[in-house]
Amino acid sequence: MNSTPLVAGHAHGDGHRHPAHQFETMEQQKETSTLGMWLFLVTEIMFFGGLFTAYVIYRNMYPAAFAAASSTLNVPLGAANTAVLICSSLTMALAIRSAQVNQRKKIVLFLLLTMVLGTAFLVVKGFEYHDKFVESHIPGDKFKPFNFVLENEHEASVAYAADPLYQRHAEIFFSLYFIMTAIHATHMIIGIAILAVLAFYSRRGKFDSGYYNPLEMTGLYWHFVDIVWIFLFPLLYLLGAHTK
Amino acid sequence: MDIAPVTSTAETAETAFERPNYLNAAYGWKSWLLTLDHKRIAILYLISVTAFFALGGIFAGLVRLELLTPEGDLMGPDTYNRVFTMHGIIMVFFFLIPAIPAVLGNFLVPLMVGAKDLAMPRLNLASWYVYNLGGLFTLWSIVHGGVDTGWTFYTPFSTSYSNTYVISTALGIFITGFSTIFTALNFIITIHRMRAPGLSWFRLPLFIWSTYATSLIIMLGTPVIAITILLVGLERGFHIGIFDPKLGGDPVLFEHMFWFYSHPAVYIMILPAMGVVSELVGHFARKKVFGYRVVAFASVAIAVLGFLVWGHHLFVAGESVYSATVFSVLSMLVAVPSAVKVFNWTATLYEGSISYQTPILYALGFIGLFTIGGLTGVMVATLGIDPHVHDTYFIVAHFHYVMVGGTIMAYLGGLHYWWPKMTGRLYSVFFSKLSALLIFVGFNLTFFPQFILGYLGMPRRYWSYPPEFQVLNVLSTAGATVLGVGYLLPICYFAWSLKYGAKSGNNPWGAVSLEWDTTSPPPTENFYTTPVVTHGPYEYVREDVHNRLTQEANFE
Repeated sequence: MNSTPLVAGHAHGDGHRHPAHQFETMEQQKETSTLGMWLFLVTEIMFFGGLFTAYVIYRNMYPAAFAAASSTLNVPLGAANTAVLICSSLTMALAIRSAQVNQRKKIVLFLLLTMVLGTAFLVVKGFEYHDKFVESHIPGDKFKPFNFVLENEHEASVAYAADPLYQRHAEIFFSLYFIMTAIHATHMIIGIAILAVLAFYSRRGKFDSGYYNPLEMTGLYWHFVDIVWIFLFPLLYLLGAHTK
Repeated sequence: MDIAPVTSTAETAETAFERPNYLNAAYGWKSWLLTLDHKRIAILYLISVTAFFALGGIFAGLVRLELLTPEGDLMGPDTYNRVFTMHGIIMVFFFLIPAIPAVLGNFLVPLMVGAKDLAMPRLNLASWYVYNLGGLFTLWSIVHGGVDTGWTFYTPFSTSYSNTYVISTALGIFITGFSTIFTALNFIITIHRMRAPGLSWFRLPLFIWSTYATSLIIMLGTPVIAITILLVGLERGFHIGIFDPKLGGDPVLFEHMFWFYSHPAVYIMILPAMGVVSELVGHFARKKVFGYRVVAFASVAIAVLGFLVWGHHLFVAGESVYSATVFSVLSMLVAVPSAVKVFNWTATLYEGSISYQTPILYALGFIGLFTIGGLTGVMVATLGIDPHVHDTYFIVAHFHYVMVGGTIMAYLGGLHYWWPKMTGRLYSVFFSKLSALLIFVGFNLTFFPQFILGYLGMPRRYWSYPPEFQVLNVLSTAGATVLGVGYLLPICYFAWSLKYGAKSGNNPWGAVSLEWDTTSPPPTENFYTTPVVTHGPYEYVREDVHNRLTQEANFE
């Protein structure tokens, strides 16, 4: 059985022009896996949705602490990473395009390029994590309080900043920051692994204008992961952090 | 032994087994553990789900045994907490949620839509392995002492104070959630894209409609419990503050996120059951289900409304009176489509040619018990009554009426109805009717006294109680014993029928829906040729019904 272990999980028989045994036609197979992929993305939206809800609620409850904690993040690195991811979405789309116009070598090239960009994102993220560890801005028992420069000298603000709970609230920000970015990074790693498999099969000439559905499905996934970051970046790095 | 008499002709019964079917297509454990056939995967699920049901049942038995006397003589409070928690976790996550979709749904969805298999057979097999992997984590936790948080994992107790195996159990539930999602995803795309020619949406059996609605809830709800339970695990493991107020978190947020899934989960349990009952009522009354379209849309309505009512679990947990009011009204709205179903089943039975076979007995039991469960649901959805009965045995009785009286009755009814389809065998009529009776009587004896107990103020989750509650508790425990016998019987005669049961023939019930158009048990490809559907699933012709009844009478 010649099969690709892809997210869409569909099997195909001897040649790739024949649909899997449960389908009548290639078109039916394609439509079905496309619908399946979109549904999977719906579950992903709900999964991240739980985190975004938690973020919105706590941001609303503790805006000052969240703004203070947020301003310790490295905006240039985050912005660079955003650019890297958007480029990777472009190369992913170009890989599909190459399949559509039967340029098989370019499929491999663009898939590898997407992998490189994805890995670059993870490396930058790794440096950012490293910085946080050095500063002990990691939630949990080792969390090190930080000094926050007050925007104004209102009595309430001063009292709030002096309250030990204030550091706890900032810690919640870091908890959400690490959980959200780590889950996002996990999705990136899974995506890169799938891309590696696709690159392998592309090199063996598996995909062309007649059959490139796995590329398209993976593309959907990859773009989704990008879009999650497009939401994460402003929420975590930019919102309210630099209003001074 | 008394054998179900409804078999079309002796000839078809003889030939059915010689034809290749999904059971004799291949032999050996590999052919089962690596199978991609939805029917075999359904059987695998049947085995796993039954094992977990038995385990959950043992814990239920321990709970009832402890409550036989007011004192804590069988176990102390710590053990009792673990026992009822493990009962809840196993029954909810490893039995009630997967039971009907993963067993009956897996088997029937492709047959009912006229497809060769589910759209993603590998994903389907993976779901069974993922389910068992999650189960193993939970079993590991049980062996090491279990969890004492209740199946609801309320924070901060679960994240900061409980000294039991919360993380491994939570991980087990997290993993099992994926198996449910895989199954639901498969169902939705199969129902959308793989229907046989001529099978329009309104020719689909109502079981498919309810399975579809259930799958929608699973897709939208399960990811939320996944992330919630992940946060609980992270908070517990790394002492980060998300839900613990001591760390700045908000425990009410946990309740919101938990019930955002876990209330719709109730509909994940009951909707497939309603689908099964719609099938049983239609086929055994030999009538088109009254108001077919309305019943179909009622399933979707329940799925949608089910997502808007979670706040009624928080009436006493710190919720503003305005949100409580809205949640209360929305919760009562769910009663509308639910009542539509009950009324339409009753209307279908009215003037029907009902043949009182075992499956319809279960369905009738379902209608009665679900009605009581549903009506008490409206009671507890009201802001005036809920604070009084909150966390009492009234709630316990209410949700057992819906889940046990509802879901398990329908699950068993469905198993009895499709058993000949699944195995090609008939089971004992006498014992199956006896078990339906025992379960109905035992169930009411177990849980009706709990309504009274709760109303009188007995709180749930305590290992001991004041002596004046003992009579009702003894009744309840006695009922649980009867119920236990009622559940053991089907396991015995189903197993017996596999080897000794008479061959059923292709269509022992004379049903006209698509899944009975092929042989029983079906071949691996389900249908010998792609079926072309020209009629709805319940289109019984009056004369046919008359002929069949005469035939039945002659046979007896």
